This record gives sequence, structure tokens and C-alpha cells, in this order.
Amino acid sequence: MNIQIANGRVIDPANQIDAQLDVFIAEGKIVAVGAAPAGFSPDRLIDAKGLIVAPGLVDLSARLREPGFEYRATLESEMQAAMAGGITSLACPPDTDPALDEPGLVEMLCFRAKNLNCAHVYPVGALTAKLEGKRITEMAELVEAGCVAFSQVNTPVVDTQVLLRAMQYAATFGFRVWLQPIDPHLAKGGVAHDGEAASRLGLTGIPVEAETVALETYLSLAKLTGVKLHITRISSAAALEAIERARAGGLDVTCDIAAHHLHLCDMDIGYFDPQCYVIPPLRSQRDRSALRTALAAGKINAVCSDHTPVDDDGKQMPFAEAEPGMTGLELLLPLVLKWAQEDKVDLAQALARVTASAAGIMGITKGGHLGVGARADVCIFDANAEKVLTREDLKSQGKNTPFLGLPLPGIVKHTLVEGRVMFGA
Amino acid sequence: MLNPQLSAQGKLKHLITLDGLPKSVLTEILDIAAPFTEVAEREVKKLPLLRGKSVFNVFFENSTRTRTTFEIAAKRLSADVINLNVATSSTNKGETLLDTVDNLCAMGADMFVMRHASSGAPYLLAQHLRATGRDHISVVNAGDGRHAHPTQGLLDMYTIRHFKQDFTKLTVAIVGDVLHSRVARSEIAALTTLGVPEVRVIGPKTLLPTDVERMGVRVFHDMKEGLRGVDVVMMLRLQNERMNGALLPSSQEYFKFFGLTPEKLELAAPDAIVLHPGPMNRGVEIDSAVADGSHAVILPQVTFGIAVRMAVMSMLAAGN
Repeated sequence: MNIQIANGRVIDPANQIDAQLDVFIAEGKIVAVGAAPAGFSPDRLIDAKGLIVAPGLVDLSARLREPGFEYRATLESEMQAAMAGGITSLACPPDTDPALDEPGLVEMLCFRAKNLNCAHVYPVGALTAKLEGKRITEMAELVEAGCVAFSQVNTPVVDTQVLLRAMQYAATFGFRVWLQPIDPHLAKGGVAHDGEAASRLGLTGIPVEAETVALETYLSLAKLTGVKLHITRISSAAALEAIERARAGGLDVTCDIAAHHLHLCDMDIGYFDPQCYVIPPLRSQRDRSALRTALAAGKINAVCSDHTPVDDDGKQMPFAEAEPGMTGLELLLPLVLKWAQEDKVDLAQALARVTASAAGIMGITKGGHLGVGARADVCIFDANAEKVLTREDLKSQGKNTPFLGLPLPGIVKHTLVEGRVMFGA
Repeated sequence: MLNPQLSAQGKLKHLITLDGLPKSVLTEILDIAAPFTEVAEREVKKLPLLRGKSVFNVFFENSTRTRTTFEIAAKRLSADVINLNVATSSTNKGETLLDTVDNLCAMGADMFVMRHASSGAPYLLAQHLRATGRDHISVVNAGDGRHAHPTQGLLDMYTIRHFKQDFTKLTVAIVGDVLHSRVARSEIAALTTLGVPEVRVIGPKTLLPTDVERMGVRVFHDMKEGLRGVDVVMMLRLQNERMNGALLPSSQEYFKFFGLTPEKLELAAPDAIVLHPGPMNRGVEIDSAVADGSHAVILPQVTFGIAVRMAVMSMLAAGN
């Protein structure tokens, strides 16, 4: 089917385009941006007047809860959420049950996702078997099965010897390693940022040093092994400084943050709101503002949803007993837009963090941009419209977010995956 | 978010923490408690204020003393008291906190007195009651994790006021394991709200919370320096499991540097009083000579505790 998206403001950060242009799609691919190719006749015309036409969003972390946690969410429900959020490519972390540590599991996930014919799902393999930090996985086989990177998610490798070997092995093949900086000892038992709020509430704190101590180890080992290292979910100003120092020393390292860290801080826990229990924890206001500035400056390469659907039973618990995480697929775009509006960040620059830049970290070339020949994965949205987020709006099975009841900018009108309109009329 | 323990009119609906409660409410509780101290001296130790009401003592964590004083307080107000030791019952069978509570509501509870090992558990309960339209049921926090122990904080304030009258002329030192202490957090909140000009905390760095000075206290690591000239010494209990680990090397060393001995007490004001929430570890945080000495007001604390709990329960019953 030939589609013409007309009259929209096309923002394609990868190709430095920000202009009112038409986008032409044929056979699931972008065939032209600007003038129609010779002989193009659209079967469908989408009028995007007053709307932004951007590449479909690329999310570096979305838990789809399969296999193992289907009672919390399923591929079906979360794919609908991704479409509603304008996300067309997503990386799926390996903290499933069982963990994504065997090629068969990865193949099954890819097969299930492909059959749904929705967002492109890119599994992230476990760096060590069962994420236990003891034995490295069959990384080469896992990549053949479809993995784009390897991670421990938030169960850090305790034995640094194993971590070194895992990084060496990954570097042998040029595989990407994504690590979340957590020192297992300093973070032990912690549920909130170690600061005034946690002290007042009597919650066990996670000091910033739980992040920086681990981070310094990872950066040293990356320098030693030459592995392609990506640091996931940093939460503190001190972590940013450490990454900047490593970069100044010549290390090529990227990093991302979760979208909620742009807007929330430890004070938002209020009277023990379990919706604000996340790992890494919401840090101080100072940390939050450092993250916002660094994201605008490009020092943080990407923003992800860190989507973690948790059912009500998992949240209706005393704070420390609740399950951590926020639903995020449908909040990624609104939260990035809200940040861009508040900090007056150029829209193209803001969108780069959830499209081109994220695609680069994942190593995918056919998504995250609107260049000719790319997959026609497109997100068409109204950047200025606001709506109050309600439970009923959320397609995700996880309704766990402290943003319910708050007005958020950005309404997705259409989501296209390979030229098929998957969301919006 | 509104403070869930106050009604729209500023009346006490639940008692969950002293942090954020206005001075007027704290003072009101202490004022109401005063006449209740005399009930114990009557021949018939009963008032009809809670007649026909069912008070459920729900203790998800073991306690004898606190539960008993709540029970006495409720019985003196003529309530029906039901004690549940949940620590050894249904939650061990996998039932969630809110399921347990729903069942107790179905049995006709009017007030919950709850102790729980997790900070914030009573908020969860109060929010659940509101969300399910059972707002008339009150929650009294009898200690939640490290967060708060408001009736202990209040009975300490009652004791201080009884012996020292004016809060605004006092220097108060809180000594020991502030990090793990819900009692200390409630005391700090109450003392600063009631206008004590100098609240000190004394302890090794391993037992003080991060940014504790932000709670409005002065921090001392040298006990002798910290006790100098204080009018009130509030000792904290040191749990045995804190000993011999990464927090403290031994109870002997702790006692030597942070235990309250007659020599160290000499540095305080001559008429200083010594409080302890009990149960005491003699020879760990407090010397027997001090515990049994003339400065100690530890037993009056227990007596006042019943009056303060009666005051809280009667206010909640009247408010709801």
C-alpha cells in the first residue's frame, strides 16, 4: 500500500530534517521525503497538518513480561501500549522467568513478537546464565537467535573476575554490553535514595555511591577489554561526572536514563507512594536537574521508558515490600516532550534521544530514522495538545505510574509499522 | 498529597506520625491526656468514652509492652479489645496485609492499632480504608519499621512536660541508634514542633541517618560533649542484632563510648531527667546506676503512656 503523509512537520534527527514536508511510503519502506517519486500514487493520504511526523520511537528498555510473568502483562497488551505510545522498536531486557539466557528462549520471544506483527522486538540477552553472575552465556548463539546486546539488568555481577571475562568475551565478537551500575553491597536492602526523604520516612537508603562505585569498575574494565559499553539508567550527577571523566580519557561509552528520572525526585515519594519505588531510585532535586541539563547537552545519549508493568497487588504493599517499577511505554513521548517544553529544548534534539540515538545504541540501522529505504516506522503526534492521564487510557496492563491524574503533553495520532497503520484511524 | 491523618477540618482522623502534625494538635493531645492519668488512681478505672467500640490490636511484629498498654488504655475507655498476633498467623499463610485488614473490617472493627515491620504500612492501611469507603475506621500506628512510633513520642513529650513544663527553654539529647529507631524520629518531630530550641543527637556515624541534621538537630559523635548542659537525656534501645557486625564492633566498646553512666550524666544539667522507651539493655546503652537512679523517669513514662494512648483513642473516636 502506498501512503502519503502530507502537510506535517517532519522531524528526522538522523537526517537533520525539521521542515514541513510530505513523506511517501511504499511496500513498507520510506521511498521519499519532500517531493513525490515519479509515478507515486497514494492509496491512502494521511493529513498531518499541525502534527509532527517523526520516526517511530526506539525504546531501550521495555519489560514485556514474557516469558514467566504473563499474569502481569502479555506481549499482546504491551504491544498495544507500545503502539499507543508511538514506539515501534524496543529492546526487551532479559529479566524474564526464565531469564533470556538460552537461544531457544530468545527465538521463541522473537517468534511470538513477529507473529503479533507490531513493534519490532529486540531481545537483550543475559550476560550470565540465569543472571546469576557466575557463568557467561552462549553470546554468539544468542546473537544468532536475535539478541542485540547483553545485560545483567539490575542484578549486578558480584564477582568482578566474571564480569571481566564476560566483557572480554563480548569484545571478542564486538557485542554490545549494557550495564546498570549497582554495587550489590552498597545497595543491599535499599529502596530509596539515601537522603533526607528516606531518612525521615525510615526507608533504607541506596547511596549515590552504590551507582558510582560500580560505574568506576565498569569503566575501568571497559577500558581494559575494549568492549562496546553502554551504561543504563544512571540516576545521579556524580555518575554523569564519572562518565564524562572516562570520555575525556578517551573511552567511547554511551549512557541512558529512564524518562521518569527527568521529572521526579525522592521528595515525590510523599507519604510512601509505592508508585515512586523504582530502581535506580528517584534521587535528589539536584541530581534530577543535572540529568535534565546533561540530556539537553547530549551527554546522556538516550531516554528510555524502563517500562515495568506491575499489577495493583504488587503495588498495594508497604513501600519496601512493593515491587519496583513504573509502566512507561505510553509515557515515554509525553515525558520527553514535557522536559523539552519546560527546558526549552529544540524538539528535533529531544526526539533524537528517543529515535536515532537510541537506535545507534541498539545497533539497528533500518529504524529510528526516515531516510529513504528505511522501514516506514512512523509516529505522528500532536506535540502541543495536553491530556490528563487516566487509568482507562493506558493500554498497558500495568497502570502503575505516579503520573495518573496529571496533564501531559503529546497525543499520538498515528503509529505506523513498516507502512501499516497500527494505531489511530 | 494531603496529610492523610488530618481531616479537612484539621481534626485527627488517624495517628500515623508526629512529623507534620501542628503544634496545636500535639498540645491538645497532651492536654487531654492529663486528666486521664488520674483514672488509674480511681477505684473504678473506667470511662465510657469508647463503649460499644471494637479496637483491634493488630501486631504484625511481636511486642508485649506496647500492645499491653494499648489494651489497658482501650479497656479503661470501655472499648472491646481484640488482640491479634498476626506475626504468627495468617500472613504466614500468604495473606496480604490488606486482605487481613478487610477481614477484620468485616468483623466490625472501629479502630486499628497496628504495628508493622515495614515503614509506611499504616499509611497504606489508612489509604485503603478511604479508598473502600470505610473512612470512619481509625488507624493508630503502634510502630512501623524505622518510620514512626507516635504514641511513644507523645508519652515522652508528656513526661518532659510533666517534669520540665516549658519546652522552649530546654536542651534535649537523643542518644544511640537513631538510624534504626522509629522512636527517635517521632521524638525529633515532636520536640522540634513543640519549640525545643536545641535538639541534639549523639551516636557513632554508623547509627545516624543520612542528612539527619536536616531534621533540625545538632549532631554529636562525642557523648561527653553532647551531654554537656542538657536538661533531658532520651536514651534509645540498641537491638542486639546491631552488635558485632559492620555497625558496631562490640557491646563493650559501645557501652564505653555511648552508654549512659553516672559519670557522663554528671555533665548534664544537675536536674536533668533520663528517659528510655524500654525494654532496657542494662550495661549496653545504660548503666543500672542511672536506670535506677534519681534522674530516671522511665517508670513514669510507662504510666503516662496509658493516659496518652487513652487521649489519642478518645480523640479519634470523637473525630470519627
